[in-house]
Amino acid sequence: MFKDTDKIGPGKNVEGTEMRYRDAFNQALRDELNNDKNVLIIGEDISGGFDKKTKEPLDAWGGPFAATKGLVQDFGKDRIMDAPISEAGFVGAAIGAALTGLRPVVDLMYFDFTTVAFDQLLSNAAKSRYMFGGQTKVPLTLFARSGGGTGHAAQHSSAFYSILAHIPGLKVVTPSDPYSVKGLLSSAIRDDDPVFVVNDKKLINMTGFVPNETYQIPLGKGRYLSEGSDITLVGMSYTSVVCMEAAKELKKLNINAEVIDLLSLSPLDEDIILESVQKTNRIVIVDEDNPRASMASEVAAIVSDKAFDYLDAPVKRVTAPHTPVPYSKGLEDAFLPNSEDVIGTVKMIMGA
Amino acid sequence: MKIENKLEWIYETLIRIRFFEEAMLEQTYKGNSMGVTHPSDGQEAVPTGICAHLTEKDWIGSTHRGHGHCIAKGLETKKMMAEIMGKFTGNCKGKGGSMHIADFSKGMLGANAIVGASIPLAVGAALTAKYQGKEKDSIGVAFFGDGASSQGVLHESMNLASIWKLPVIFACENNQYAEATPAWYAVSIEDIADRAASYNIPGVVVDGMDVFAVYDAAEQAVKRAREGKGPTFLEFKTYRYHGHFHADQPEKYRTSEEENLWKKRDCIINFEKRVIKQKLINKNRLDSIKKKIQKEIEDAVEFGLSSPLPPEETLYEDVYVNYSNDLRGFR
Ligand SMILES: Cc1ncc(C[n+]2csc(CCOP(=O)(O)OP(=O)(O)O)c2C)c(N)n1
Ligand SMILES: [Mg+2]
Repeated sequence: MFKDTDKIGPGKNVEGTEMRYRDAFNQALRDELNNDKNVLIIGEDISGGFDKKTKEPLDAWGGPFAATKGLVQDFGKDRIMDAPISEAGFVGAAIGAALTGLRPVVDLMYFDFTTVAFDQLLSNAAKSRYMFGGQTKVPLTLFARSGGGTGHAAQHSSAFYSILAHIPGLKVVTPSDPYSVKGLLSSAIRDDDPVFVVNDKKLINMTGFVPNETYQIPLGKGRYLSEGSDITLVGMSYTSVVCMEAAKELKKLNINAEVIDLLSLSPLDEDIILESVQKTNRIVIVDEDNPRASMASEVAAIVSDKAFDYLDAPVKRVTAPHTPVPYSKGLEDAFLPNSEDVIGTVKMIMGA
Repeated sequence: MKIENKLEWIYETLIRIRFFEEAMLEQTYKGNSMGVTHPSDGQEAVPTGICAHLTEKDWIGSTHRGHGHCIAKGLETKKMMAEIMGKFTGNCKGKGGSMHIADFSKGMLGANAIVGASIPLAVGAALTAKYQGKEKDSIGVAFFGDGASSQGVLHESMNLASIWKLPVIFACENNQYAEATPAWYAVSIEDIADRAASYNIPGVVVDGMDVFAVYDAAEQAVKRAREGKGPTFLEFKTYRYHGHFHADQPEKYRTSEEENLWKKRDCIINFEKRVIKQKLINKNRLDSIKKKIQKEIEDAVEFGLSSPLPPEETLYEDVYVNYSNDLRGFR
């Protein structure tokens, strides 16, 4: 769905196919398992189910949202390791394995379960290299599904990626379409630092063009999704889709919005944000995370600090409220920032 | 209490859970539930046999598969159905849904969607009881699955309960699977109850398909807790008849032979056979109880369907007791 204006994108004349986000994800895992025999995947139900007689994996689930479907047949149960429900234990073990030569990839299922293993992430994965004076590295990749919109209620819908981005030593990426998830997951697994790949549930069945070849999107680089001169809209993860929807509608009102998709939250591509806002002089940041101490606040602060003289309007945020995610559909819809909210905010600061 | 005096309540509760889950699934398939649901039919004997010994002053902690626990603890089926349908008349005003049904007025600490997370809450309820010198009247029961038994928090909770001698029961519902993962793969021993010994807690394996066996085992554990003798670990061998959640396809990871073996041990059919054979309740009485519950569940569905949705401003309510900032975020 995203076009040629991308600096990060498939480019022209590349061979590829239309596929779902989840299939692009699966392809990246497959590529990386082929690329390096030290890569292995650990998680609950990532093959899912075992035959009682033969003790062999059945691949009945193929992972949450079928992310790892088919991998166990091709790579075996020693590399596609089904784990008991012991997040603190197996994330810690993955860190230990990463410290000693493997490149583990951990499927944490729902993003909310990250907190069960949070101590291991914060105190071990993120800090080992620094506190041990650079002796070691932690080439660990974690991924999980975030976000509301599916009726999963408060404990299965969080999008607190700002908490992870806050941690020195941890990298965080938020792919927003099939193309970016393949490239970012591949980069994450090849990167020598711990990287968390946040996948919004609302993206999982989205389709898009994906090159057949293996490719990497650099960590810490954002991309333009559309060019415009009137206002900059900044999205991350699913809110990049929301920004594009809003930009389309704004065009009908003769407002040309430039949409930036952050792709990485840490490191963060400050340059692309500043470059854009220096051109458009207005900016709205759209974030599904809770607003206090959020990525939206972070981007707003950077713009106020480094591009103050270019601003023609206050920096604006469109965010979720300061509440957990409610269950009932109408409330959940009201919780989620949508394109109408973005358009309303844009109109307000454009005086339109 | 002699089980004979509780038989009608037990039968009603078993049937109420079974019919509720069937109706709940039907409503989910019709699109009337607003989210994911985890049916507990097949496992009715466990919450029923345990809660038969509890009052509203006792506390239970529950799981994602919590409807049976709620019903056995006395929650109203119409409010539960409304909650699952995301309605304002639900137990949690439509904010929690199937995985978070709670009723603190009934001693129900809430269903919990983080596997293992409710276990220490039941321990905490037992701490309150002991601290306030009320353990005779108030104990805690932690319901959790075979899958949850691999969470560190269970082990920490067992040790705490043991050293502090808390009036709590660890009720492990071993339904053989955690999602698609069989317990024989994920758990390093045959009987999870054996884990209790290392925390100096008695561990007992119980036939979780037989409500009489559950009742007896729970009676001992409840007595022990109320007498201030500390925790007990009960492992119930049981089986969920449906998939992990409403859209799961269990035939992909378990055989119909296995399902049929368990279904032969169905807690309701065997209860009926036994009470009729022993002339404890007659067939007519059983039928009239069934009819009554059938009607109750139909009414619950109707109540849910006809109830109003939560008003939008409730999105911002009950985040805190007190908070001085606006919660609306930026729009
Ligand atoms: C901390 C955490 N990890 C993973 C999950 C996803 N999950 C939900 S239910 C479940 C299986 C639970 O199995 P068990 O404890 O045996 O309960 P059952 O579903 O069999 O009743 C899993 C893995 C979760 N909700 N929370
Ligand atoms: Mg289980």
